[in-house]
Amino acid sequence: MPFVIELIISLLIVIGGAFLLIGSFGMIKLRDLLPRLHAPTKASTVGLGSLLIASMLFFWVERGHFTIHELLITLFIFLTAPITANLIAKAYMLLNVDPNKDLPPSKQDEGWATFDPIGPEGYDPSEEYQEKET
Amino acid sequence: MIEYALNFGFVCVALALLMNLYRLTAGPTTADRVLAVDTMAINAIALLVLYGIGKATAMYFEGALLFAMFGFVSTVAYCKFVLRGDIIE
Repeated sequence: MPFVIELIISLLIVIGGAFLLIGSFGMIKLRDLLPRLHAPTKASTVGLGSLLIASMLFFWVERGHFTIHELLITLFIFLTAPITANLIAKAYMLLNVDPNKDLPPSKQDEGWATFDPIGPEGYDPSEEYQEKET
Repeated sequence: MIEYALNFGFVCVALALLMNLYRLTAGPTTADRVLAVDTMAINAIALLVLYGIGKATAMYFEGALLFAMFGFVSTVAYCKFVLRGDIIE
């Protein structure tokens, strides 16, 4: 294996490991869930991304043919990370945030969607659910 | 040189997993614990990728892909359960 390729792979692994460590250090350093939520994004983008690029380069040089199947993991993580963060924030707000005290008014007929699932025309999803059960 | 970089990466990921474990046990709210498990899944993917490079086999790639998929599904299922009291409505 040429020295330059080896240097690039080692550098990518070191960068990835350092960013994973920084991302998890933010989990114990930051004070609340909502600031804490942005710490693992470093781990999932730069950390895991550079590790997977290092893996692609390594197997390209090792096997002699280029494959991009590591990009599947990157693509999947990049697609699912915003959905995960949104759902965790919604679960936190439902359990720990008071919509009357901590949030500004929504200036609409209905409240914020996390706290007020009933729509503006008096549509109650729980009624539909009970009808389906009986 | 790759061996030293791999050892550094293993140490970093192990420390990151320990920090996530602390947040999992001491997290004040339920959402903190869910976030800790989600980050642990990402760190486990990184550990599998590093181990695959160290052993020079592509077999661990499938394991990493499975971790990516099931980590996402479990996080979404738990958040949905907290939000709606039910997973499949």
